[in-house]
Amino acid sequence: MKRFAARTLEAALTLWLLATLCFVLLRAAPGGPFDAEKTAPPEVEAALAAQYRLDQPLLSQYGHWLGDVLRGDLGPSFQYPDYTVNQLIAAGLPISLVNGGLALLLALGLGLPLGIWAALRAGRWTDRVLMFGAGLGLAVPKFVAAPLLILLFAVTLQWLPAGGWDGGWRSAVLPIIALALPNLAYCARLTRAAMLEVLGADYLRAARARGLSEARLLFAHALRPGLLPVVAWLSPALINVVSGSAVVEQVFGIPGIGRYFVQGALNRDYTLVLGVVLVIGAAIILINAAVDAVRGWMDPRLREL
Amino acid sequence: MRALAYNRKDGDLIPQPVKAGVLPLLLLCCGPALGQVLERGNGPEPSTLDAHRCPEVACANVLRDLYEGLVAEDGGGRRVPGMAERWEVSADGRTWTFHLRPGLRWSNGEPLDAGQVVASFRRAFAPATAAPFAGHFEAIENAGAVQRGELPPTRLGIAAPDAQTVVFTLVRSADLPRLLTLPTAFPVYLPALAEHGAQHTRPGRLVSNGAYRLAGWLPQAMITLERNPEFREPAPIPRVRFHVTEDASSELKRFEAGGLHLTETVPPQPLPALRARFGDQLRISPYLGSFWLGYNLDQPPFKDAPALREALSLAIDRDILTRHVTGLGEVPAYGLVPPGVAGYTPASLGWGRATQAQREALARRRYAEAGYGPDRPLEVELRYNTSTPHRRLALAVAAMWREVLGARVRLRNEEWKVFVGNRRQRVITQVFRGGWIADVDDPRNFLDNFRGDSNANWTGYDDPAFTALLDAADAAPTLEARAARLREAEAHLLRAHAILPVYFYTSKHLVRPEVGGFEANPLDRHPTRFLTLAPRE
Repeated sequence: MKRFAARTLEAALTLWLLATLCFVLLRAAPGGPFDAEKTAPPEVEAALAAQYRLDQPLLSQYGHWLGDVLRGDLGPSFQYPDYTVNQLIAAGLPISLVNGGLALLLALGLGLPLGIWAALRAGRWTDRVLMFGAGLGLAVPKFVAAPLLILLFAVTLQWLPAGGWDGGWRSAVLPIIALALPNLAYCARLTRAAMLEVLGADYLRAARARGLSEARLLFAHALRPGLLPVVAWLSPALINVVSGSAVVEQVFGIPGIGRYFVQGALNRDYTLVLGVVLVIGAAIILINAAVDAVRGWMDPRLREL
Repeated sequence: MRALAYNRKDGDLIPQPVKAGVLPLLLLCCGPALGQVLERGNGPEPSTLDAHRCPEVACANVLRDLYEGLVAEDGGGRRVPGMAERWEVSADGRTWTFHLRPGLRWSNGEPLDAGQVVASFRRAFAPATAAPFAGHFEAIENAGAVQRGELPPTRLGIAAPDAQTVVFTLVRSADLPRLLTLPTAFPVYLPALAEHGAQHTRPGRLVSNGAYRLAGWLPQAMITLERNPEFREPAPIPRVRFHVTEDASSELKRFEAGGLHLTETVPPQPLPALRARFGDQLRISPYLGSFWLGYNLDQPPFKDAPALREALSLAIDRDILTRHVTGLGEVPAYGLVPPGVAGYTPASLGWGRATQAQREALARRRYAEAGYGPDRPLEVELRYNTSTPHRRLALAVAAMWREVLGARVRLRNEEWKVFVGNRRQRVITQVFRGGWIADVDDPRNFLDNFRGDSNANWTGYDDPAFTALLDAADAAPTLEARAARLREAEAHLLRAHAILPVYFYTSKHLVRPEVGGFEANPLDRHPTRFLTLAPRE
């Protein structure tokens, strides 16, 4: 219980530092939310500034904002005044989570077996072909892979929409594949490397010498330690597919929250950027805690730490 | 939060999976289905659906379907009666009387009368509304003072003598029907605003009076409108979806894949290639936008150096720039106001009709007159906001200045917000990317930015003679006399070479053959109610 409390406090402190740093950086950037090509008359700008408390000293703005955040209110969006930041995140986060989660499941579902298979066939041509494919998957950036997918499946074959989001499954297929590809490649390589290390370990050689079947060897003895690095990788991977999906969201026109990082910063939408940073920051802390728990369950040595 | 949830009815067209199966099996299903729903690309996410607060094209496109002002525009941009069936103006041009159609209704069935129209205008001009386009209406009595908070909104020069009549009192001559097509002049349903505040623009809350009503809004994805049964003439297309298409290349692919009937724009690609690929589906037409480069007249080297400014303007080959650099049908510009403003003949630089060789010879002469030459070349910085088309143009212009005059040009690109800030301050800029897209088809819209007191005056041009001509246009008794004064003002500005005109914009769309009634017009406005949709072959 004491440890849980300490960890919660640590998390809160991290989030506060993150938010404060972000607040300072955003305000240090030149230009403001209402700077535009067609500037409004000074009176209109003054009215807007007052509505968003931009006319107050910076420290007082920070205090107000922090107070609102503690009450669970991330404030109104500067760029989209019809919505609060809470509403925008509530609309976008589930889409990013579901797409990212499914992409990661796809990556795991294909990457793990392929990685294991490659490890078992290490050095043979299946291994080489698989690892060449994985290398390609890692090397081709998402902003190249996504348009290629669109060109093939949407423009040429016309099986799936080329973009947009109507809540149906068809508009999710290509973005999920685009998100999954590099993760699938990485997962396969990671699994292969980890399995190779485990398969060459002394205790497995001993087990093999005792005459255990290859299947038993693999599933009862090698798999759990072999998957530890993959589980450790899950936390950055999950964060990456949810928050780092700005490119895929942009290319496919997906209304997730990844694009708010980029767009929000370009628009100087202070509250929106801060809100998204806070939510993603909290998600990272939660995911890390969850992954730590799973790793502890898989590897008793980690529980002592 | 319920309002945010995706409206499931929209999904009718696309079969939901009965159960999730193997991917290839799912893929065997038919291609994207287009039917009685018009799928429109609409550029970036509209910032608001509050008509009075809408600052950009993306929201105005949707609002023009949702609302109707006293005056409307048809598919060709021609002014047609809207809420008002007819109107008349007094002999002195200062009193405009609009007679409403009988039986006007809001989309919730409630009657709409002149009193509500007046109340909506008062709300638009209240300081708290911060309406971005309210400045265009300064001709209405007390409009400026009301917006500045110096007078209460009830003092605005608009009145409703009876339930069917709206009367505007102007303090100067203005083409009022032209202005009344702006979203600022749309009637906002105040009870919803009172109840829900800024969030009155959600499906189920937004009450409008146009041919369509709001059916769904999924932020960053799309806005769905359906036919408003209370509107006097049912629109031919029952449903329209405005898709967020922020990236022009992605939008093009969505069009090619059959997901869009109509795109917002076309990405910069060579015109012959686009024509070969899309044929008649590619629609390019003149647009009321002017691209120019501006000089900072507050600082050296362009302060008090009209000969130098003219030399740089003469030295660029606009035909090459529009044919090979921009390349989407843009028109070389030798003036500020683009052609296509009704009742106005734009002014033009005298040497616009000369050959490029003659222009370059004159450029070298002016350059020498300004005191520059091979021994003392001009060192100048050309500033633009980061974007590939702007960089290409800046590179070409710099090369022309170097080749014709021997000037040394530094290119500087800046992030958008930094760029607009620097341009506005006029401290570190020298030559910068300028340009203007018209909000209304009025030459004033282009010329006002060169008044000394304008907050969009990026050049620092401040000439009492120019301002006097604009004031004379205000005082003109007729619209013809007003246009004549404005033309004199434009010619005066051009003679001073405060700007370097480059080209006039074009609007670019891809339109599927089954869409009917799509007419080119200079403001590029295409209300859905004037479009038709034939079943797909």
